Amino acid sequence: MITTTIGEIVRGDANVFPPYLYDAYRSTIRRAPQQPLIDVPLTLSETTGPWQFTERVTKEDADLTRNAGTGGEAIGQRIIVTGHVTDDRGAPLPNMLIEIWQANAAGRYVHKADKWPGPLDPNFLGIGRCLTNDAGTYRFLTVRPGAYPWRNESNAWRPAHIHFSVLGRAWKDRLVTQMYFADDPLLGRDPIFNAVPESSRSRLIASYDHDITEPEWALGWRWDVVLGGAAATVFEA
Amino acid sequence: MSREPSVRALTPSQTVGPFFHDCLLDASAPCATLVGDDAPGQRIAVHGYVLDGDGAAVPDAVLELWQADDRGVYHHPLDARWSGRSDFSGFGRVGTDGDGRFEFTSVLPGPVPCDGGHHAPHISIAIFARGLLNHLFTRMYFPDEPSNDTDATLLRVPPLRRQTLIARAMPQSDERAARAYRFDIVLQGRDETAFFAIA
Repeated sequence: MITTTIGEIVRGDANVFPPYLYDAYRSTIRRAPQQPLIDVPLTLSETTGPWQFTERVTKEDADLTRNAGTGGEAIGQRIIVTGHVTDDRGAPLPNMLIEIWQANAAGRYVHKADKWPGPLDPNFLGIGRCLTNDAGTYRFLTVRPGAYPWRNESNAWRPAHIHFSVLGRAWKDRLVTQMYFADDPLLGRDPIFNAVPESSRSRLIASYDHDITEPEWALGWRWDVVLGGAAATVFEA
Repeated sequence: MSREPSVRALTPSQTVGPFFHDCLLDASAPCATLVGDDAPGQRIAVHGYVLDGDGAAVPDAVLELWQADDRGVYHHPLDARWSGRSDFSGFGRVGTDGDGRFEFTSVLPGPVPCDGGHHAPHISIAIFARGLLNHLFTRMYFPDEPSNDTDATLLRVPPLRRQTLIARAMPQSDERAARAYRFDIVLQGRDETAFFAIA
């Protein structure tokens, strides 16, 4: 159970998006804005956005078990993570750039700032990239990340998660978020996850899907992403 | 304009955390030069600092930048003036260093037309960092632009806070850039940058 001060400043629907100030997550305390956000008109600057990514992405980028370039394979439980990216009316959003980063199976990031004594895996960078296809589908092959400790409070551990960046089409619909795994016992203790209003938290949790699981190869997890609406569908022209 | 009722609930945001660099700022990903060497327009060099509510450097922020070309055209299918040629991206990403400093180069964007006029030239900025559970949106405008006085977005900002969105002209120090600017981003406090409710 988390007791915390929850700020009133939220960008977007306050039933969906976390507030900037959520003091159980201590890094919000000196970084959350305190002035009301300014209500501005939506113009071309917000309804357009970066979208020309094709040359930046190769097929190999979506396989985190082998994209370290060592010729070796990452150690851990192999998983397929896939889902659809749609607008809020269910229309698929193709050609979105999905970038992910994650800890290895032991809960350790390659990042130089991650210094806890979890082992590094020489064959795992924890970085992947792909574009959604015409049906708005993305798909990664990776290993299931481990939980890792952080210094937010005493004996604090982040639940296993994969960071997702979803970029394309409309500047206003930019999304950076984290995907979690169903039944993780750490979710209830995590202030970052719990900063999301309770009714929306389940939308950050992937579901195990046996139809995605491939025999004698990898377990399947499904997680869909829904982005804000109107401008995204006007794009059809 | 009426909208159909929404049928799917949106995906909530989460912080970018401290470990994004190798992914989002990877050399093969979008970077700090928004335009190619041959893009037309006046070269600009921008630098600034991201600061927290104590005035301390934010050494682990990443900024995303989005702008029109030198004629004010977004290279995007929704901009009717775009020719369909894709020799210009207008998108960039920069991280802050240990001092909270960032820098990027681009071309001066042109004025973007809107109902009955033009927007003042500007660069859209999204700010991500550990401790930001959702990113922040703002814009950087340019000093000595008469059109700042009639810009529909800038006019929504309370007058005392407008200057937080206007870059300062700096002595030119980069020989490749005709103009240099400084633009600081203050996340919290008395000099807090004006952030937008865009969603």
